[in-house]
Amino acid sequence: MTTTVTTPPPDGELPRLRLDKAPLLVLPILALLALPLIGSFPTWVTLTVAGLAMGMMIFIMASGLTLVFGLMDVLNFGHGAFVSVGAFTATLVLLPMQGWMQADSVLMNLTALGLAIALAMLVTGLLGWAFERIVVMPVYGQHLKQILITMGGMIVAEQMIHVVWGPDQIPLPLPASFRGALLIGDAAIEKYRLIAVAVGLMVFVSMFLVLNRTKIGLLIRAGVENGEMVEALGYRIRRLFVGVFVAGSALAGLGGVLWGLYKETLTAAMGSDIMVLVFIVIIIGGLGSVGGCFIGALLVALVANYTGFLAPKIALVSNILLMVAVLLWRPQGLYPVAKR
Amino acid sequence: MMTRILSGDFPRSRLLTALLLAVFAGLALAPFLFPGARAINVAATICVFVVLAASYDLLLGYTGIVSFAHTMFYGIGAYGVGLSLHGVGPTWSAVLMGLTIALGLSLGLALVIGLFSLRVKAIFYAMITLAVASAFAVLASQLSDLTGGEDGRSFGVPEALRPGFRLVEAEIFGTAINGKLLTYYLVFFGALSLFLFLLRVVNSPFGRVLQAIRENDFRAEALGYRTVVYRTLANCLSAATATLAGALMALWLRYAGPQTTLSFTIMMDILLIVVIGGMGTLYGAAVGAALFILAQNYLQALMRQASEGLTAVPLLANLLHPDRWLLWLGVLFVLSVYFFPTGIVGKLRSLKRE
Repeated sequence: MTTTVTTPPPDGELPRLRLDKAPLLVLPILALLALPLIGSFPTWVTLTVAGLAMGMMIFIMASGLTLVFGLMDVLNFGHGAFVSVGAFTATLVLLPMQGWMQADSVLMNLTALGLAIALAMLVTGLLGWAFERIVVMPVYGQHLKQILITMGGMIVAEQMIHVVWGPDQIPLPLPASFRGALLIGDAAIEKYRLIAVAVGLMVFVSMFLVLNRTKIGLLIRAGVENGEMVEALGYRIRRLFVGVFVAGSALAGLGGVLWGLYKETLTAAMGSDIMVLVFIVIIIGGLGSVGGCFIGALLVALVANYTGFLAPKIALVSNILLMVAVLLWRPQGLYPVAKR
Repeated sequence: MMTRILSGDFPRSRLLTALLLAVFAGLALAPFLFPGARAINVAATICVFVVLAASYDLLLGYTGIVSFAHTMFYGIGAYGVGLSLHGVGPTWSAVLMGLTIALGLSLGLALVIGLFSLRVKAIFYAMITLAVASAFAVLASQLSDLTGGEDGRSFGVPEALRPGFRLVEAEIFGTAINGKLLTYYLVFFGALSLFLFLLRVVNSPFGRVLQAIRENDFRAEALGYRTVVYRTLANCLSAATATLAGALMALWLRYAGPQTTLSFTIMMDILLIVVIGGMGTLYGAAVGAALFILAQNYLQALMRQASEGLTAVPLLANLLHPDRWLLWLGVLFVLSVYFFPTGIVGKLRSLKRE
């Protein structure tokens, strides 16, 4: 979130953390640079909104992962499974409530969607709790085994989705009132993308507030910096671990629902497919940093959308090129976490 | 003599020796022992996967690096030979040319990725390789003018490897000595020599340094070994071997496509083979690959029967559906990481000691 660069303290005050502004400026500069290249303003607006929406969804999925890594030094390669499970759980609500989904009433649509999201987050949260207990707990501190174990966990979870929901793709149409696009001037903006941006912003702001304005957030940030010290002060960091893991899994479930509705078809492999982007995002952001993850997600999505329009062939590897560029600039990611 | 061939690294367990001899004999005599197109195909796949898993073990088991880009190098090998045979025509020089280009590309990529990310933690390398490998797979399926896209490329192989070619007219033990047989033995001996080469590498002073890095990289560095250099070299060596394995597979299948070479499923298969067979010993890769490919080809038939017998029980029938066999492997994988981190080979060796 913030770097550890400190200014000399003024009289009687604690040293304040200075905000590192350079990465914040990258986004607007990138967007502005793209404008003359794209040429037409409405197209640019459409692309930018699409990029922001995609970035928000990736952020929701990636934030839990990066926080878990920062706090516990556990990289959960099985995180993608939570994304898939979240999306598939949503079908349990959305398909029976098809009537409400297709009704021409924003309220009914939102109720159905809200219920689906709540159920998905509940299920993935519980699953995350079980995953932490059964799969991750025995291998704290052993990176090699963590990678292998969580990979194995993902295979099992993905196959279980096949067992429960069958091997076929499941179509998941958007609620009636979120379909189609708004026309603002000449720029067409899909309604669902605005929703995704709104949800993503909500998640980011509430995460920001929890991390910076509450005691739990203080403990989490302290845990990221130095876990042993937090324990020495008498807090049970183990509970904090579990709580963050559950919250991160639930966020992955939320991201899964949003992503599933965006794609409008569900496959069991959708989680592991998106994981590649998620990893790139958290590497770019700096492993363990939520703020970096947010900027990284938007950056990746915007670059993907712009290059997809300007040079479709390059777009395939644009993420990798972006990652290389960022790491050449800041080898530890945009916002390096002090410990690492 | 045997010490020299095996580089002084014996199986060190009677049961394991028997198992390895069975695999070796089975593969060496496969065309004569098991007639039929399917059986010989399984045998050739085992040969290639032994090399592929062994070269992955050089990274995972010996150096302690997790890479998800191994199929990328495997795919480069297959595509290199395949595209060159497709473009130039079925000659040996085309094979050689494709191989050279593929090796060059693999080594270059391995070097760059290694230097770029091996300085940092293992976890970082795992993520970067995952990203690069998936980008490569997408690239291979999208550049359809060059690679044939999702369909891949079929191509002709040099004259001597075609099924129509006869080395001698007579049949030996009821098996025709044709190009298919020659190709099988090309694959077999290619795989065998690559495997023995890897065995030589891991038992050399270089291999010992790798194991030291796996056990404690800080200490290895303190002893004066540049860990980044050793890790990168191991990465390049493993990539080159995987490339050669890919080339052998392409010659055998006479086809190179994303599903058979670049897909993430194959990466998972390799991971499962190495972990279940036994990390940190190449014999584990050999035994694991043989068992895995056999299970993949024959166990599924068994599961199908079980599933059909249980159609009355809805969820159980689904659980035993042949497509769900990865589920059981995944469970086996997780359990084996917990309880037998040394895999089948480690278990067999410790049996002897007790």
